[in-house]
Amino acid sequence: MPRNRSVFLKRGVVAAVAVAMAGLAAGAAVAADPVRVGALYPLSGQVAKSGEDTLNGIRLAIDIVNNTHAGLKMPFAAGAGLPALGGAKIELIAADHQGSPEIGAAEAERLIVQRKVAALIGAFHSSVAATSSQVAERMGVPYISGESEATTLTERGYRWFFRTTPSSRTQARDFFTFLRDINKSQNAGVQTIAVVHENTLWGQEFAKSVEGYFKDFSEFKPAIVVGYQQGTSDVTSEVQKLIAAKPDAVFHASYDAEAILFARTYKQFNFSPKGVLAIGAAFGSNAFRDALGGDANYFFVREHWSRDLAGRNPLIGQVGQMYRERYGKDMDGTPARAFTAMMVLADAINRAGSTDPEKIRAALAATRIAPSDMIMPWEGIQFDPTGQNTLTRGIFVQTLDGAPKMTWPADQAAIKLVWPRPAWR
Amino acid sequence: MSEQLIIQLIVSGLGMGFIFALIAIGLTLIYGVMNVVNFAHGEFLMLGMYASYLAFATWGADPLVTLPFVVAAMFGFGLLVYYLLIRQVLGGSMQAQIFATFGLMVFLQAAAQFVMGADYFAVRDSWLSGVVTVGGVVLPVPQLAAVAGASLATAALYLLVFRTAVGRQLRAAAQDAQAASTLGINPSAMYALAWGIGSACVGVAASLLSNFYYVFPRVGAIFVLLAYVAVALGGFGSIHGALVAGLLIGLLQVLTGFFVSSELKFVPVYMLYLAVVLLRPRGLFGRS
Repeated sequence: MPRNRSVFLKRGVVAAVAVAMAGLAAGAAVAADPVRVGALYPLSGQVAKSGEDTLNGIRLAIDIVNNTHAGLKMPFAAGAGLPALGGAKIELIAADHQGSPEIGAAEAERLIVQRKVAALIGAFHSSVAATSSQVAERMGVPYISGESEATTLTERGYRWFFRTTPSSRTQARDFFTFLRDINKSQNAGVQTIAVVHENTLWGQEFAKSVEGYFKDFSEFKPAIVVGYQQGTSDVTSEVQKLIAAKPDAVFHASYDAEAILFARTYKQFNFSPKGVLAIGAAFGSNAFRDALGGDANYFFVREHWSRDLAGRNPLIGQVGQMYRERYGKDMDGTPARAFTAMMVLADAINRAGSTDPEKIRAALAATRIAPSDMIMPWEGIQFDPTGQNTLTRGIFVQTLDGAPKMTWPADQAAIKLVWPRPAWR
Repeated sequence: MSEQLIIQLIVSGLGMGFIFALIAIGLTLIYGVMNVVNFAHGEFLMLGMYASYLAFATWGADPLVTLPFVVAAMFGFGLLVYYLLIRQVLGGSMQAQIFATFGLMVFLQAAAQFVMGADYFAVRDSWLSGVVTVGGVVLPVPQLAAVAGASLATAALYLLVFRTAVGRQLRAAAQDAQAASTLGINPSAMYALAWGIGSACVGVAASLLSNFYYVFPRVGAIFVLLAYVAVALGGFGSIHGALVAGLLIGLLQVLTGFFVSSELKFVPVYMLYLAVVLLRPRGLFGRS
């Protein structure tokens, strides 16, 4: 590392000289120090792909804050840096938790103690968000999550934890609302529902939430619940169970890899329920569409974001385009939500006017963001006392002709949804 | 409960089992000949799968067409790893050997993520896709191909090791390298051969797998852990032990997954493993 160190030393000297000169020139003026934000994501291991996508969303948000983007009508786009902190830039410090709750907690501690981050953002996996936010809570550092969905995360009475994404319980409700609606409007004829879920915190919480809603939506009956271990080599036995249970609809909580495996196995055994609806972007991701070609069609994803919404909010089209240009992939709900969480954090730090954790926390708690200032199809962002954003809205996207299309709610639909799904070819 | 369903489960179990077996055979061969555990074995599988995928993505070549090339390339890669890495640490301590292959594993994983990214890639509509229906039983072609391909490869390997002069030399070097060298056998060449053949086995598994499984930097870990179990279960160094144990694992996980719980499908596999290690430490077919 000698080269790095010499660069570091040189930079240090330059910075010191610059600060001294600035001090001489402007008296009390101090050059704006960058604000450090620690990001905890799975950058290697089983779901590294999702970690990369999510972090790319955050990088894009930070780029919009730090640099001038004329023509983008979004908070922080016009100027460079955080105005209330003298144009301070945000410095992203990413850490890899590999999907492990233990590593996540250790990395959170390292970022706080050694890298002195002003706030944390993370962590994709709900299980890792659970442990790493515990560290943040203990050390009094604000923690924002844009995509960790397990309901329990905001039910722990934490002071320092904020979540912009809807919980898995809120999302589970949308699944039922959707089915009730299409049962009425298109005679979808759905009565029985199977749940397939991976068995970390996220999948388990989703399955639990679904189970709870059968009471409120009594026209539906549970068919079967199939939990499976992430990183499995085949899902024949899982699919055979589903075939035996003959559900009308399947709710899926799976990460990208198993989504491909399940879809292929469904086709192999000609398992064709009326509809397959997934939480999380896996069943509509680029990887999924590339791997399956025409077979990727007709899956529904309870999404958070869709490019089809660009007509209602030009920001969506612009930011989606920037993402595509930079990272060579289409944006989906996961990076879009991480992007949004980062923007919310930047907004709070700016309103706090300092990197003092208590002030950032107070600013986060007072967050009010209007729909026109963000890229999500939500009614805004506002946290309740548990730290949960209360203004989220769900949409359903269906892959049709190889592209994800906004299909529900009907008043925002880009195209009419296809139900029931046609037989496998 | 229909007979068709049982047959379907068994075929799927065997399909996976043969894949596990093929990976395990490569491992156990290397171990049997030179007492080195290849911790990077799963990453060899990953490389083979990337090779199949890239050939498909670049030239549209079906995994079945590229199978011989992938196998040959993996054979070469095995030789390369032996000469560049393993031979350098053979004289060293046990730890040096373990860390050499462990380090190789970490390196290959990180290199794959660096070059290919963390994305999932899959071969689409390969020749060996789809299903055949026999008397009401739906049999996925990729799994049938795995059964056929892996059993052919195992048979060929068996003939090579037990019925040819080269095989005899390989076994001689495995039993007693010093004595073998006094008889004009070059143990180092035999070791290299073991690495070559061990990697080639993984190449076959990789080609067959890419008909239905996706590749990403960590794909090896999904399969190789069970292959290690198969090696220990079957007895270290025993080829037919690895075969039987691989099939057993494949069947056990599918049947448990269906009849008990898919979350618990690997539990009986590891329980069986523990039981064998406790009651018969040398494995089902291992020599004492």
